[in-house]
Amino acid sequence: MTGASFTVVADLDLCQGHQMCQGEAPDVFGFDEDADLVTVLEEHPDESLRPDVVSAVKYCPAMALSITEED
Amino acid sequence: MTTTAPSPASIGDIPEVSVAVPDPDGHGHLAEMRTDPVALLERVYAECGEIGRFRIAGKEVIMVTGAEVNEQFFKAPDSTLDQAAAYPFMTPIFGKGVVFDASPEERQQALKNQALRGDQMRGHATTIENEINRMVAAWGDEGEIDLLDFFAELTIYNTAACLVGLPFREEIDHRFAEAYHGLERGTDALAYVDPYMEGVEAFEIRDRSRETLVALVQDIIDRRRQRGVVPRDERDLLDVLISIDMSADYITGVFISMLFAGHHTSSGTSAWTLIELMRHPEVMADVVAELDELYADGSEISFRSLRSIPQLESVIKETLRLHPPLIILMRQVVEEIELAGHVIPPGTIVASSPRVSNRIEEDFPNAQSFDPARYQDPRQEDLQNRWTWIPFGAGKHRCVGNAFAMMQIKAIFSVLLRDFEFELVQPSETYRDDYSKMVIQLQRPCRARYRRRTS
Repeated sequence: MTGASFTVVADLDLCQGHQMCQGEAPDVFGFDEDADLVTVLEEHPDESLRPDVVSAVKYCPAMALSITEED
Repeated sequence: MTTTAPSPASIGDIPEVSVAVPDPDGHGHLAEMRTDPVALLERVYAECGEIGRFRIAGKEVIMVTGAEVNEQFFKAPDSTLDQAAAYPFMTPIFGKGVVFDASPEERQQALKNQALRGDQMRGHATTIENEINRMVAAWGDEGEIDLLDFFAELTIYNTAACLVGLPFREEIDHRFAEAYHGLERGTDALAYVDPYMEGVEAFEIRDRSRETLVALVQDIIDRRRQRGVVPRDERDLLDVLISIDMSADYITGVFISMLFAGHHTSSGTSAWTLIELMRHPEVMADVVAELDELYADGSEISFRSLRSIPQLESVIKETLRLHPPLIILMRQVVEEIELAGHVIPPGTIVASSPRVSNRIEEDFPNAQSFDPARYQDPRQEDLQNRWTWIPFGAGKHRCVGNAFAMMQIKAIFSVLLRDFEFELVQPSETYRDDYSKMVIQLQRPCRARYRRRTS
């Protein structure tokens, strides 16, 4: 396992519950059925998952997701 | 209701934009709003900066521009800002008692239960592919289309089929599309004075069109009543509404409100996407090559249009930036709110303009030019400018249908560009929007020539 180099951030004030991110990166994003909001399952995913997370950020209809780079 | 300390500022301190088109009836900037709203909104930013004001009839409108104050605007809680009161021209279109806009909670519930959820999209993509195939089935090897007519009719079928149901879609035709268009033409800003003002042609067209729609829906209801109950899997939303004894007038209002947000917006964006592609043949060639390659493996449009089509997506995004279907987003202040250091009192309208924000030069270098490359890595000017790249709005009220809209337009162009080539019929600069109503439509003539691809 390589060291984590990025952090996944979900803004719950913006999430509208489309659940698109679960399709793009199912290992990273889950869904809280009661709250109707995204849950981040893996805040520091392995670098190999970066393309999937980038897609999730790009295609989130609510623009609720972002990536923070770490040093 | 929170009370705050004495206001640090009042709206009197907010600069007011100059008057370019005097209003003969003393309604402030209303005359310009009804003739050249883009010039008005651009001047607010040019003259007043991040916060400025103008007046429409009895309403003070405070317009904000720029990332910082747009964020304040879009993040304001629902208890502070009210949408319905800011759009009085919509009330006679929806009809009495039909809700204007759901709260974020209701929207989320609607997403969960209904048509816009991620897992419903595959079915919608199939539906849309069928609709577009039907629309072009009658096309010969070459001909001309009116872009407004074509896309307005296509998108009414798409939204009716996906949001109301396939059985209902089969019961409507071009008459429904035309009457619906009449409603959209009824959105004259004179509604800020009185949405029922006598002797206004736009309002007469609106009211006649609504009556036509109610009559068409009544016919459909009558036929369904005669037909009797059908198996559950053949029912759609209309059957549900009939079963709880709603009137044709009310049902029509519900359908109008369901279709409204997704119709003229998708129709106009599809038309402008095609216009921009025809204006930029080198971009068109890239998109056609991209689609040819993606579909070379025989994958279906319903599958592919839900996935990444980078060049086409960039073209649609750039079209949305330059031609946002809504040029101004408004809210009425319910509880006082602070924007850019000014306390805005209840009763005021606050606004942000996608048309102006989307063209801020600092955020979008060479902002007036069509440049799909701005969405490629690492520029990603949409994601980098979340509070100023706002064709879908932003924040909690960000257009809940945007994923549906993007999929729809990707599906439409997957079919159109697979089978046809398109070219401009008129001089490029004569394709423009008609801004005389709050719902913007392409100005006629707006024709395009098609020719079936040979290869």
